[in-house]
Amino acid sequence: MFNYNFRWNQAFNSLPQMLEGALVTIEIAVLSMMIGITVAITLTVFRLSGNRFLSAIATTWVEIARNTPALFQIYMVHFGLGGFGIHLSPYMSLLIGIAFNNAGYLAENFRGALKAIPDTQTRAARSLGMSSGQAFTNVVMPQMLRIAFLPMTNQMVWAILMTSLGAVVAMNTDLYGVTSELNARSFRTFELFAIAAVIFYLLTKAITLSARLLAARLFRY
Amino acid sequence: MFDTALTVNDLILLAKGAGMTLLVTAISVFFGTILGIVFGVVRYQIGPWWAAPMTFVLDIFRSIPLLIQLVLANAFLTAVLKLKMSGFAVACGVLSLYTAAYCAEIVRGGIESVPLTLRRAARSLGMSWGQDMRNIVLPLATRVALPSWIGLALGVMKDSALVYIVQVVELLKSTQILITRLQEPLFLLMICGMFYFVISFPIARFGGYLEKRWSND
Repeated sequence: MFNYNFRWNQAFNSLPQMLEGALVTIEIAVLSMMIGITVAITLTVFRLSGNRFLSAIATTWVEIARNTPALFQIYMVHFGLGGFGIHLSPYMSLLIGIAFNNAGYLAENFRGALKAIPDTQTRAARSLGMSSGQAFTNVVMPQMLRIAFLPMTNQMVWAILMTSLGAVVAMNTDLYGVTSELNARSFRTFELFAIAAVIFYLLTKAITLSARLLAARLFRY
Repeated sequence: MFDTALTVNDLILLAKGAGMTLLVTAISVFFGTILGIVFGVVRYQIGPWWAAPMTFVLDIFRSIPLLIQLVLANAFLTAVLKLKMSGFAVACGVLSLYTAAYCAEIVRGGIESVPLTLRRAARSLGMSWGQDMRNIVLPLATRVALPSWIGLALGVMKDSALVYIVQVVELLKSTQILITRLQEPLFLLMICGMFYFVISFPIARFGGYLEKRWSND
């Protein structure tokens, strides 16, 4: 059955390069999450603002991000924006694409979290003399982020997995890109991608675990 | 933008791509759901300890990028085992297991949402395990699980864009082919995006509606 010569040594020799790629993957995921959370909070504020135009922007963003493939979004950033004369590097396209997707999903999570926070809190804060901005940033937002912590962790895992989609814009420095470039040279497809899969698995486990530890520390009452 | 070199043949290519996307999705969701229900029920029945190996394997499908799963499965089946398998078969197989991994989680959540007292009452009325599952658990668990399952099915449709890696020409790949030839990325991508959106958006809305209607408040 196995008349295939596994050459694990050859694949393991390129482990340092792949680990460097893993660092880029983490970097993109973290940056895209930071951008995503910031934008998602902005979109949530847009939705709460009561301004028709602003909430239309937020709704459009969320619906497009949630109803089209992430691969399509990254492709659109890279090649679609090219139609407007904006040419981005693969790194930037991937980062913006993932951040766009993150923002859409997170904004929806935040909306769900907001439902769990009673209106009376805002009213109490306002009657204490806070402005509506202060009431949001000091009273509502901290609770919203706390309730949405678990979905945010999931989104972070998704961001890690989504970096592999950089393949479509010829990204070659992240874990997937490095692996497929090594593969193009040596054709040890199975060995190389098996190692990449293990690295991805460990990355996602590390994130889930550290998020759980962080939650235990941050959210004890 | 309206002055395009797009011909009828190109539109047919796009339509074929869209058909392929829907076909892959339908097959994967169908088999994935059946497998997912089996895995979910078995996992629930044998308890967390005995199910640990199964949980571990299913978790792998959710912790590794789908793109890598596809490449690995393709390399393993065609290069290592030297099987003659089409990219289409590999894509459907991987996507089915991927769907099953998520579906098992949804099914377990659905079963756990049925109060245990209700099931004990059913059993003490003389219902068999099968009757309890069919008449008590199924209707109640469906209410909890169906909205998530709709979300999953739509997710699989969106993720099926990745099967281009095993040489399956689905919607995004056929768009890509046309972009290379016509050099009108924005226009073509708009068509492609619209297609995904038009299918996904109403169904997602319907799922949200069901979720709201069926929630216990």
